[in-house]
Amino acid sequence: MSVSPAVPSTHASRPQRGWYKRNEIAITPWLFLLPAMIFFAIYVIIPIGQSFWISLHEWDGLGEKTWVGTANYERLLGWGDANVDRKFSVSFWNNLKWLVLYLLAIPAGLFIALFLNQTVTGIRFYKSMFFFPFVISQVVVGLVFSWFYLPREGLLNAILGFFGAGPINVLGDPTLATYGIIAAGLWPQTAYCMILYLTGLNAVDPEQVEAARLDGAKGPKMLWYVILPQLKPATFIAFVVTIIGALRSFDLISVMTNGGPFGSTRVLSFYMFEESLSEFGFRMGYGAAIAVILFFIMLGFITYFLYAMYQDEKGAR
Amino acid sequence: MFPTPIAKTSRTWQISYQVLLPVMLIIWLLPLIAVANFSIKPESDFVSGNYWGIPSSFEAFSNYGRVFFESNMPRYLWNSLFITIPTVIGAVALSAMAGFALGVYKFKGNLLIFFIFIAGNFVPFQILMVPVRDLTLSLNLYDTKTGLVLFHIAFQTGFCTLFMRNFIRALPFPLIEAARVEGIAEWRIFLFVVLPLMKPALAALAVLIFTFIWNDYFWAVVLTQGPDAQPVTAGITEFNSQYRAAYHLMSAGSIVAALPPVAMFFLMQKHFIAGLTLGAVK
Repeated sequence: MSVSPAVPSTHASRPQRGWYKRNEIAITPWLFLLPAMIFFAIYVIIPIGQSFWISLHEWDGLGEKTWVGTANYERLLGWGDANVDRKFSVSFWNNLKWLVLYLLAIPAGLFIALFLNQTVTGIRFYKSMFFFPFVISQVVVGLVFSWFYLPREGLLNAILGFFGAGPINVLGDPTLATYGIIAAGLWPQTAYCMILYLTGLNAVDPEQVEAARLDGAKGPKMLWYVILPQLKPATFIAFVVTIIGALRSFDLISVMTNGGPFGSTRVLSFYMFEESLSEFGFRMGYGAAIAVILFFIMLGFITYFLYAMYQDEKGAR
Repeated sequence: MFPTPIAKTSRTWQISYQVLLPVMLIIWLLPLIAVANFSIKPESDFVSGNYWGIPSSFEAFSNYGRVFFESNMPRYLWNSLFITIPTVIGAVALSAMAGFALGVYKFKGNLLIFFIFIAGNFVPFQILMVPVRDLTLSLNLYDTKTGLVLFHIAFQTGFCTLFMRNFIRALPFPLIEAARVEGIAEWRIFLFVVLPLMKPALAALAVLIFTFIWNDYFWAVVLTQGPDAQPVTAGITEFNSQYRAAYHLMSAGSIVAALPPVAMFFLMQKHFIAGLTLGAVK
């Protein structure tokens, strides 16, 4: 019995298609991904592994690498009979200060956003003026603040003098310098958090606010129970970017104090650079070991961020 | 709206708000105002101790003139431009393609690759520094603009892919299905269906990446050395050692170095904010 001709055979009506054509849906994504993946692998993924490898060696960046096992880590962390590297511990504690104090950008940004979330004439101008420190490069922010802090010429001491205080040499005092740099870093970071919250506030459901108002909620209570829960996505991004920013702090330190006075403002990212590429010689292996430790600190946060994003993705499906 | 709209509050608070706005702004921008003031002062003001007062004469033209005509600043500015523009084009092109692949197709490992891009984007620069510098040296690209551009493209692709993929996800998928039913080739769907819809994302990313790359300092000092290839962020330190303690010139120089991204921001504000706040609203 022959097959009913009502269903024409696809094989006969269409010419034989090429292999690519038949597998188009399966292959296209990989073709589109390939350039980005190659670039990313060469410059980001593979170097992470290489840094691990280098951290197990002594290397001046030019000659042969000498295998030293975990000796670099032992010297850094003071395992065995060695003492902990003092520069390392100073850097580590400064990193913690950065992490904690940098988070102040989030409430500060929220405060300014609440202040500016109005519809008066010219408010757009004010919003952009409050935001634009974020666009300035950290190098220039560092310069601006180091001139602001100058003991004689700086505006800060002029203001303090007006109130009968000071003068203080912020960047010359080992106990103050790190806080001075963090304050400079908070300036653009607060601006960024502000813009996140302004966008978030814009999307707050007005009906919920009105309903809460009718129920007698206002001020801080309204903020805490009605507004902040709706700002959660903005808070999450502000948190991610602020943590990353705190651990990446390098430009400001390099420009404002170059690690001084007496090495009191070093952080891990700066100390690593100093060990690897400074006038005291290229100690790439030791530097790589510092970078690996910094990487693991960061990895804790990255895992948390990715976990949070993954939960989100699952929800979206 | 929260807080209560100003129009619905008492007259006193309305007036004090209008006064408070400019006062807060001035306090907020005080360090910058001081530097702008420095940059238009004559040198004699610094000798006589008139640091933060009104300039005794208006010297903006001569100060900024010296920045542009008696230093390496113009060269550094060109370098910055020739590093930034190719990076923007490269990173946006690569990530538009990668974002299309990750946003439109369902395949094994899709989410894993996406998460690798995101994770790589959060990594501390220092763990890449030694190998990337080594690689750049062995490619003979150390102290060249190309060396910097290649790295920047690669690194920015992480962030850009995150951005593009999420944007494409939000596009109406039936459009793509309709095109498929019509028998249009996949690459043509990308070029003629998806890409035109991505214009806002492309614009937002371009402005953002321009700013990020222009402001980069770390990689500039790691991968370049002199005025041949260094961008302005690194060049400013050389400029400052040339004019040590000449605050009127140093501040003029920093303002010039900071200006292009600022101009970009004010010109493309809408796209810039849209890019930065992606994901801040659900």
